[in-house]
Amino acid sequence: MKGLDAILEEHPFFAGFAPPHMQLIAGCARNRRFDEGEYLFHEGDPADEFFLIRHGRVALDITPPGRDPIVFETLGPGEIVGASWLVPPYRWMFDARALEVVRAIGIDAACLRGKCDADHDLGYQMMMRFLPILVKRLHATRLQILDVYGRH
Amino acid sequence: MGTNVTIARDGLQALIEALRADGREVIGPTVREGAIIYDAIRDIADLPAGWTDRQEAGRYGLEQRADGALFGYTVGPHAWKQFLFPARETLWTMRRTGDGAEVTDGATPASRHAFIGVRSCELHAIAIQDKVFVSGPYPDTNYRARRADAFIVAVNCGQAGNTCFCVSMRTGPKVEGGFDLSLTELLDDTRHDFLIAIGSEAGAAIMQHVPHRPATAADLSAADSAVARAAAGIGRHLQTEGLKQALQAAPEHRRWDEVAARCLTCGNCTMVCPTCFCTTVRDHTDLAGNTARRVREWDSCFTLDFSYIHGGSVRHAPRARYRQWLTHKLANWIDQFGTSGCVGCGRCITWCPVGIDITEEAAAIANAPAAAREAHHEGA
Amino acid sequence: MAATDPAVAADPFLPALYRVARTRRELADTVTLELLPLEGVRPDFAPGQFNMLYAFGVGEAAISISGDAAEGAAFVHTVRNVGAVSGALARMRPGATLGLRGPFGTGWPVAAAEGADVVIVAGGLGLAPLRPAIRHILNHRRRYGRVVLLFGSRNPGEMLFRRELERWRQRLDVEIGVTVDHADPSWRGNVGVVPSLIRHASFDPHEAVAFVCGPEVMMRFTATALLAAGMGGERIWLSMERNMKCAIGLCGHCQFGPTFICKDGPVMRHDVIGGLLSVREI
Repeated sequence: MKGLDAILEEHPFFAGFAPPHMQLIAGCARNRRFDEGEYLFHEGDPADEFFLIRHGRVALDITPPGRDPIVFETLGPGEIVGASWLVPPYRWMFDARALEVVRAIGIDAACLRGKCDADHDLGYQMMMRFLPILVKRLHATRLQILDVYGRH
Repeated sequence: MGTNVTIARDGLQALIEALRADGREVIGPTVREGAIIYDAIRDIADLPAGWTDRQEAGRYGLEQRADGALFGYTVGPHAWKQFLFPARETLWTMRRTGDGAEVTDGATPASRHAFIGVRSCELHAIAIQDKVFVSGPYPDTNYRARRADAFIVAVNCGQAGNTCFCVSMRTGPKVEGGFDLSLTELLDDTRHDFLIAIGSEAGAAIMQHVPHRPATAADLSAADSAVARAAAGIGRHLQTEGLKQALQAAPEHRRWDEVAARCLTCGNCTMVCPTCFCTTVRDHTDLAGNTARRVREWDSCFTLDFSYIHGGSVRHAPRARYRQWLTHKLANWIDQFGTSGCVGCGRCITWCPVGIDITEEAAAIANAPAAAREAHHEGA
Repeated sequence: MAATDPAVAADPFLPALYRVARTRRELADTVTLELLPLEGVRPDFAPGQFNMLYAFGVGEAAISISGDAAEGAAFVHTVRNVGAVSGALARMRPGATLGLRGPFGTGWPVAAAEGADVVIVAGGLGLAPLRPAIRHILNHRRRYGRVVLLFGSRNPGEMLFRRELERWRQRLDVEIGVTVDHADPSWRGNVGVVPSLIRHASFDPHEAVAFVCGPEVMMRFTATALLAAGMGGERIWLSMERNMKCAIGLCGHCQFGPTFICKDGPVMRHDVIGGLLSVREI
């Protein structure tokens, strides 16, 4: 079996990361596995761990009262689940559910926040990788809101 | 061809009669409801003898001249396109039959027209519409038939209008080609004649029925000075150099907002323009619902319906519709047809109810490209 | 007139008469019509071209051809009821007569794309004009490199050609990505906008050709994602839509900057029209 370091290095999110930074990340990381239908986290839970998907897909949904849950995004291999761990109050805003068996790297949020506070270079590298993902998702969300396939 | 002859005023009557005898409907200028328009004429007396027009942005009026000139005006609200490209035309009729339907071509037999008094700018406008309707992969067969049958008697301008800008468009005032016959009115205290240039074999054939004499050097010189007088009196100028690029690069220019604040989007400019060619179609059915007729009508890019796609109009704001018209006319037309869509006749300036001047609008954008994106940035 | 002078082309405004041979309901508001000419045979067409369909007394609409160019004697059109004309067309029953002019416009560059990877991105009803190209490519699969079809819909219930998508998905030689904007938890597929599938797709951005069709905003986002993936604008083709009355470059309605969608398009290259896509109300 591959070591966690090797698995982290293979993940596109960390492509080009400096080895010392990789080691700091690895210190906060662990392997995770979720069965089909299992929740990675629920809305309102503390956002204490986020996930880099290696295999499988994850659905993000929100349940309005009295209605069925609405799936607003699915994420797959190479993608990141969760940003709420970055900003206070560090609580999840939606449910994340495994659509099939999901293998992921879980990263301890408090651990990583602490290391980013201590090493701003690491923090900057993390932000440089997170921000484009967040902006891309914001753009996608805008397109989704437009409901372009509707009849108008 | 290329021959010049001279006819007396009465010779013009003979020309009208010869054209009618040739089986043509003769169309020429005539005074109607305070304007010089184009309509069927039977007689030299139908021409606007002794009338002239006074034009400014948003204004048009007729005045009596001191002389009896027959062509002593510039251009009115009509253009020849209404005869070559009628404002309303049945494309076809479809009838339901027992097990299907049958389609009948709606084109009425083309009337053989003779146009008398076609200005140089108007000849250029006809040439531009020829490119639009005939030069593409799907020629408009009705237009082509009417055009092929038209006999054109051009006239050189002896004076210019205040809203004219043909010189800067290189479309006049001197008639250069594209006619069967051309006239230059030679009028002073001692004479009222017309110098005629013969431009085609059909023109030469008709002249066999019109009393004429060889043109003298004095006739030619008088004709030249009449045209020179018109060129010198041109009221406006449109700067064409770099204009296409400037317009195409400036869809967010603040000038569009300024002109849109004045524009009523009435579409008058497109109706009087001798080159505007846009059309829509309407479908009519009889009461029993067994016969459907498809009618093509002039349309204007100033209407909201013009750009409608399911959901709404693409060009909703007046600024977008004015921008479409002007950018198409002066810039995109060049990409589409190899020529500007403007001939400098000035009709759109005269007949705009609020007096928007195409030459001013074009200059504002061509001369201040730096303002191109300011409005855009303010909104960003 | 045309009849007396063979050198003069027939009047391009005159429709030919066609009969609805079969109809198939695709979605609540969308129907596929198979149209056979009352006389003669239907003209050949290129994938991506459109016809003007005329509903008796109601009017004419530009509808792209959704059938296989090499198969059958009919013109196949998939029509969504979004207005008077398309509504009348969508309600037609087998045996109904209608007028048809065409085919018109430019097609997808299926020949020029031979040897290259092909990335097809469709949104909503935009799959219909792409279907002839997909069929052509799958019928001549060996002429192409990798083939990717990415398709986005509003929700799983409004997904066009679902059964055919399933058949394509079973082929091993085409990569299919399907996504919806919204779904309930019973949907096990992707949720998200179709451009977000692009970065997961396998193709060589420097060698691939993209065919994109869908609502204009979707095409703008898709083109941005393809450009971000490294594809040049000259390799990205979009199918455009504007108001159209004549389809032959004479009525002026479909102008898009200096182009006429009817004759310079509907299939146009992104490097040619991309600058206009972001101009409001152009």
